[in-house]
Amino acid sequence: MNRTETEHVRDTSLLGFWLFIMSDCLLFASLFATYAVLGHSYAGGPSASEIFSLPFVLLETLILLTSTLTCGLAVVALYKRNREQILGWLFVTGALGALFLALELHEFVTLIAEGHGFQASAFLSAFFTLVGTHGLHVSIGLLWMLFMMAQVYRTGLTNVTERHLMCLALFWHFLDIVWIFIFSFVYLLPIIV
Amino acid sequence: MNHEPKFHGYLIGYLLSVALTLIAFGLAYLHINSGHLAFSHQFLVYAVVALAVLQLYVQAVFFLHLSRHPEARYNLVSFIFTIFIVLFIVIGSLWIMNNLNYNMTADQVDAYLHKEN
Repeated sequence: MNRTETEHVRDTSLLGFWLFIMSDCLLFASLFATYAVLGHSYAGGPSASEIFSLPFVLLETLILLTSTLTCGLAVVALYKRNREQILGWLFVTGALGALFLALELHEFVTLIAEGHGFQASAFLSAFFTLVGTHGLHVSIGLLWMLFMMAQVYRTGLTNVTERHLMCLALFWHFLDIVWIFIFSFVYLLPIIV
Repeated sequence: MNHEPKFHGYLIGYLLSVALTLIAFGLAYLHINSGHLAFSHQFLVYAVVALAVLQLYVQAVFFLHLSRHPEARYNLVSFIFTIFIVLFIVIGSLWIMNNLNYNMTADQVDAYLHKEN
């Protein structure tokens, strides 16, 4: 195998970032476990099927899924070393991510305004903690994306920006994978059953 | 991770993910609109879980580029290890908490409820 020093550095730091993501999975696992245990403890408050709306969650899901595609297209552009395309796809990804976050905040604000805040029941505490933690990750991803765009714009495609972009893409894909389990286990199953 | 990512790979992953998502939401929608009669609850639970796991597989392959390729070996090994731990945490918590619930006597539940109210 003929590998250059820069490739080695890139792959090592990507693996390190990957291991961080894997430990982040464990954070989400404990929050999912909490939700699974407390998901039926309504304490006289609303049940899941009373406060969740299927079309709204589907819309959120499709927006986040599309943003993970455009993030992948930014990586394709990175391999073609096309700076304008990278910036363009990152912008689209960031815009879709911001839209997703706005919808999630709208859901939270509506729930709290109706008196279904995180204090209302164990179910709602678990819900706000799990979905809120995911939203916090998305916010951090968005900030990172802004810095990334500034970095690509200012310094162009160096080994450093390339490495950072690959890590950002991994992070963003990871957030969408967590969301698969959120829409399935937090929204769909409690609404169905 | 060194294979060059291709446009059509991402597109296939995206279309498969959208399809799996729509099937899951479609099943839930049909079920609710039929007054919870269209499918048995057990079937739906299995179906939604299976669709989620399938979508995890699709995204891991097409977006995260996990494979048996030697260069992705450590990623794959740590990924499988993490899945194992995640299942351990979630199933273990459910098991223990249900067991605790089951082992509370009616008197204990009564006393607990009265204290709460």
